[in-house]
Amino acid sequence: MFEIVAFCLFSVLTITMFSITVLTNNALYALSSLAAGMIFISAFFFLLNADFLGAVQIVVYTGAIMALYAFGMMFFDSLSEVKEKVKNPRLVFLLSGMVALIVVVIFISPILGENISANLPVNPSYGNTVDVGLVLFTKYLVPFELAAIMLLVAMIGGIVLAGKKMEVSYSDMTEEEIDAHIQAENEIENAKKDVK
Amino acid sequence: MTLNAYLILSTLLFCIGLIGVLKRKNVLMLFFSTEIMLNAVNVGLAAISKFHGDLSGQMFAFFIIAVAASEVAIGLGLLILWYKRTGSINLDDIARMKG
Amino acid sequence: MEKYVYIALFAPLVGSLVAALFSMRGKIAFTGWFTSLMLAVSMIASLNLLSFVYTTDIVLNVTLFEWMKAGSLNIPFGFIVDHVSVVMMTVVTVVSTMVHIHSIGYMENDEGFNRYFSYLSAFVFSMLVLVMSDNFAVLFIGWEGVGVCSWLLIGFWYKKESAAWAANEAFIMNRVGDVGLLLAMFLIYWSLGSLQYEEVFQNIGTLETSTITWIGILLFIGAMGKSAQFPLHTWLADAMEGPTPVSALIHAATMVTAGVYLVVRSNELYVLIPEVGYAIACLGAFVAIFAASMALVHNDMKRIIAYSTLSQLGYMFVAAGLGAYWVALFHLVTHAFFKSVLFLGAGNVMHAMNNELDIRKMGGLHNKMKSTSIIMTIASVALAGIFPLAGFFSKDKILEAAFNGDAYFLWLILWITAGLTAFYSFRLVMKVFHGEQNYSNDDFHPHEAKGFVIAAMVPLAILAVIAGWFEFAFVDFVTKVLPSWEASNIVSSTVWILILVTSAVAIAGIVYAVVKYRNGGFSKDWEDKSIHKLLSNQYYIPQFYENFITKPYHKLSVWVFNVIEVKIIDNTIENIASLIKKTGGKARVIQSGNLSSSLRLMVLGLILGLVLALVLSLFGGVK
Repeated sequence: MFEIVAFCLFSVLTITMFSITVLTNNALYALSSLAAGMIFISAFFFLLNADFLGAVQIVVYTGAIMALYAFGMMFFDSLSEVKEKVKNPRLVFLLSGMVALIVVVIFISPILGENISANLPVNPSYGNTVDVGLVLFTKYLVPFELAAIMLLVAMIGGIVLAGKKMEVSYSDMTEEEIDAHIQAENEIENAKKDVK
Repeated sequence: MTLNAYLILSTLLFCIGLIGVLKRKNVLMLFFSTEIMLNAVNVGLAAISKFHGDLSGQMFAFFIIAVAASEVAIGLGLLILWYKRTGSINLDDIARMKG
Repeated sequence: MEKYVYIALFAPLVGSLVAALFSMRGKIAFTGWFTSLMLAVSMIASLNLLSFVYTTDIVLNVTLFEWMKAGSLNIPFGFIVDHVSVVMMTVVTVVSTMVHIHSIGYMENDEGFNRYFSYLSAFVFSMLVLVMSDNFAVLFIGWEGVGVCSWLLIGFWYKKESAAWAANEAFIMNRVGDVGLLLAMFLIYWSLGSLQYEEVFQNIGTLETSTITWIGILLFIGAMGKSAQFPLHTWLADAMEGPTPVSALIHAATMVTAGVYLVVRSNELYVLIPEVGYAIACLGAFVAIFAASMALVHNDMKRIIAYSTLSQLGYMFVAAGLGAYWVALFHLVTHAFFKSVLFLGAGNVMHAMNNELDIRKMGGLHNKMKSTSIIMTIASVALAGIFPLAGFFSKDKILEAAFNGDAYFLWLILWITAGLTAFYSFRLVMKVFHGEQNYSNDDFHPHEAKGFVIAAMVPLAILAVIAGWFEFAFVDFVTKVLPSWEASNIVSSTVWILILVTSAVAIAGIVYAVVKYRNGGFSKDWEDKSIHKLLSNQYYIPQFYENFITKPYHKLSVWVFNVIEVKIIDNTIENIASLIKKTGGKARVIQSGNLSSSLRLMVLGLILGLVLALVLSLFGGVK
């Protein structure tokens, strides 16, 4: 009973939040509703006995990724509205509607297999976190490490792409050198602006 | 709730994300819609994982989250560079092929 | 013994290829002597084989290689040397060798000297393939080969338009006949499953009569094309555009006899369908008198001899049609000798008279060209069929065959033709060599041909004299393969009466010609008579062909080109190309670089994939 109520409530909330994200023109509203939607998604995970996944969802998605988006939005001129001129708005809804319809049809029809044996069976006696940990560090160890490396690479890539010039290291210079360096940089920038 | 209900929910969320991807011309909003799609898939995977007593779905969901995180980092970095160069993040302006 | 077969077959080919190496240069005497030497080698090998087969009666079967082998189709490239083919081989190689040596003298001033000998030797090779083959397919190869080589040789002076035209006419008419031969081959293969002579003739009796009749008719149509029977005869007279030794070889002794050879080789087929044989004989008789009548009035020296060939071919077909196959073969052999020497002599006269062909402009050449005159007279006597020369024995036997088969009307036609033959041959001799000199001494300086040229003609002349004396040996030899035939219906006294009557008409023709032309010939009034006009225009048949066949066909071809080729086929291809181009132009829009449109297309594809998955799962279970 509790489950059904929770499911209906959270599904309504999630759909509302994500619809706001998709349909609004204001970037700030979109960002906020996306963050709210993420939290409600984690509620589903808790309902599905995937405790660890739900916690990870809140921490990583809502905490890290949304924060990243919020910082990223600082760089853009978010107040100027990008003209959302779509040539065929009906086409968009038509396409998506068709996809939804077909997938729903697929999922309603009783094609779901009857005799599926579990690859990684759940052991309810441990609790979900312990179970996940057991599997993650034994069977999926290599993908785990590779994912870690991938995140490292992404981080370095992000720094290189968006960072400023990094030839000099401020921590090795004295105060006068730092001042002189900043003045020189300002002059170069002014010179560039005059040329433009 | 039955598995079907969760799967239908997952589908609906996916289609909402799809609408956003197709409709949006602001690249940042496009990224948001992509995040919605990924989350929808996660819900579906977790649901199947619970109803068949299998942990594979949750594992898959973990790695999807990891990938999404790194994708966001790189995507935002590239978008910032493009914005610094051209001053616009409209999708129609990015096209360089003449067609 | 097999090596003689290979030597006889391939020596001319070697000669041809070596001569072809020099074909682009000016005259080199080496090519002439080399090819003649190769042909002499082939001739010696053939004579060797002749004596071998004669003494031992062994038939040599040689298979060069497995040519076509696919499923049930098995055609080996094989040769057979039996009594009939060895006779043909001997005739071909002897006449060819003499013609080669003669050509060295005749073509001495021609620029295409090397090319000529290459073509000539290639022709002999094809002819040998034709007579030595042991199945219809290899025969057809030789058949086509001689057709091509005769086209090359008739059109040897290709810059002359009439020569090129005559060559095309010859080839195309041959082709029309070849359709019949091909159809006959297909019919044989379809009914009997094999093209080898042995198997075909063993099993031919098992077919229905209608099939055999069709095969016989179609084979004869092929023979008609090659041997220039009516209505495919006009090419032979026009083929005189080529060099004269070519006419001697091709149009006297070899290519035109290929048709007769085919009928003789297929004798086991024709004995089963005597009605077709009788029709062949009737056609042959018609051609005989038809050609002889045209030869009476023409003034072109080579044309007269060409019509004479046509007439004698008619004789051969009469004999073959009436079942007397060895008689046809015998006449083929004797005719080869005296007709080729007639052509070679005509070549000498032309060479002496600066390529003049009109006999009205000659006369009194006997004093200047004694050897040629004597040889040609001997050959003409042989042609007329006077005892004891060769033509007498063979021609007489044909008349006997006609009388024997109760075909009295045929006999009458052939008898009249014998008289005409004697008349026109001696008309030619008298007008060229005797009588008044009709040319001025300033324009022409006739001189006798070189010594070796006359030496080449002498063996043929001797053979023209003595070949008839070997009749009994010939009969014994050849009837081991061919059916023996004797004049069984008539008593020997009738035979003697026939011989006397035939000789009488021949002698009468000769005497009439000699007397008339010694006194100046016929009056000019004859030329105005309509019958003269009819004959000298070849019964208007070439004009008929041109107006009713050539011109409409040309119009049809032009129409087909303009309507079907240009409007339909070209347009179709162009439309396909422009359609593809337009489609490409329209589809280019996809590559706009716009991410939104790409994403939309992706979703469209996704929908299609999902629909497909749904449909497949409903109708069979998703795999």
